[in-house]
Amino acid sequence: MSHRPNRRAFLAGAVGGLLSACGWDGGSLLRPRLQGFSRFNDWLGGALLSGSRVAPTYDPSQRSGSFPSYHISGMTPVLADPASWRLEVAGLVERPASLTLDEIRALPGLTYTVEHHCVEGWSAIATWTGLPFRALADSVGARAEARYVRFDSFDSGYYNGWDLEAALHPQTILAYEFNDEVLGPDHGAPLRVYAPHKLGYKLTKYLTRITFTDERPGGYWEDQGYPWYGGV
Amino acid sequence: MPRRGARRHHGIVRVTHWCAAALIFGMIASGLQIYRAYPRFGVRGGPYLPQPFQDRAFPEWARLGGWLAGGLNWHFFLMWPLMVIGGVYIAYLVASDEWRKLLFRPSDVRPAVEMQKYYLRLRKDHPPQGKHNGLQKLAYTFIVLLGALSVLTGWAIYKPVQLSWLTRMLGGFQAARYWHFWAVWLFVGFTMVHVTLVFVADPASLRAMITGWYHGRFTSDEP
Repeated sequence: MSHRPNRRAFLAGAVGGLLSACGWDGGSLLRPRLQGFSRFNDWLGGALLSGSRVAPTYDPSQRSGSFPSYHISGMTPVLADPASWRLEVAGLVERPASLTLDEIRALPGLTYTVEHHCVEGWSAIATWTGLPFRALADSVGARAEARYVRFDSFDSGYYNGWDLEAALHPQTILAYEFNDEVLGPDHGAPLRVYAPHKLGYKLTKYLTRITFTDERPGGYWEDQGYPWYGGV
Repeated sequence: MPRRGARRHHGIVRVTHWCAAALIFGMIASGLQIYRAYPRFGVRGGPYLPQPFQDRAFPEWARLGGWLAGGLNWHFFLMWPLMVIGGVYIAYLVASDEWRKLLFRPSDVRPAVEMQKYYLRLRKDHPPQGKHNGLQKLAYTFIVLLGALSVLTGWAIYKPVQLSWLTRMLGGFQAARYWHFWAVWLFVGFTMVHVTLVFVADPASLRAMITGWYHGRFTSDEP
């Protein structure tokens, strides 16, 4: 037998190896650098965001036929005692607050029908109603040092960190209604963050606590390598 | 007459060509990883835009990133050098007037048809040509437009709210995703034809794209 077939097989393997990506994430050397570079895209996302530019809105008749939901807990997170639920607002604020759902619903709300963008690539149109985050920030008196907001949930420790500017965008709300009905457990009952200018994974569901801070909080998926800013 | 080499490609063209080839390869591989997370096109609930790969995953050897976040991080990094390379190439074409030899114009239709006849063996002799023949001009104009389409649809799905004017112009978020995906297959198709013709029609052009010097059989009819 000649060496030719072996050599040919070797060459084919080498070329195949060079041409194949093989699910490579960059390894321990490149992966952190790629994630570090992602901070540049985070900066760009913040620079592109404008408080005066709002997401296109749709007519409720254009709502999607389905709207997927997810949580990281094994079972849909449900409150054992909904009456005792409170939204804690703390951190760099003048007047920390502990609000009941009725107190939040009693404040002037905002309703819009917008397209939701998931990092996976799907999108769906739905109607959301909630308290503008800006109104809450005004009522608790966010201090000048506050640059970030951390949202915590009762979904197995799921949390997100936001830049304050995106949180103060006029379309960022604490939603308690979905498609004209009381927010259900699938979509983050009793209260969730919603904003059409962020990807779905930034929109903390099953909200329990809002913390104003001067240190950038991470996030459940963000800590694992997903882009931190997650703006669209 | 002794064959003399001719200066064919400027260094900028050679460097941007090979960098773009590597970067587009990485963009496609990481893009196929991202595609796996939601392998269809259309707002939830349908209807979905027609394409042969609906609900199918591409094999692991074709994907870059390992999981969605890895694919995204590769894609959102490689896009920058690729856009810079594309910009440098276009700037060079404009500054050097080289674009005149590459841009496909109505007057190139006839030479392109003659060239196609030659490849189909309907014509025996190779039609006269300048630096590039009509079909090459068509291909190289097409690939620049395809690059522009990829960049525009890419931005439209990267920032569909902040750049909503662009996304709307391209038919919406899901339509822009759809065209971004089709651009992949046009790139793949182009590359297959391009590489095949290099080896079948003019192997010397490969050396020219590496060294800059052309020693092949198609001497330019232009001065």
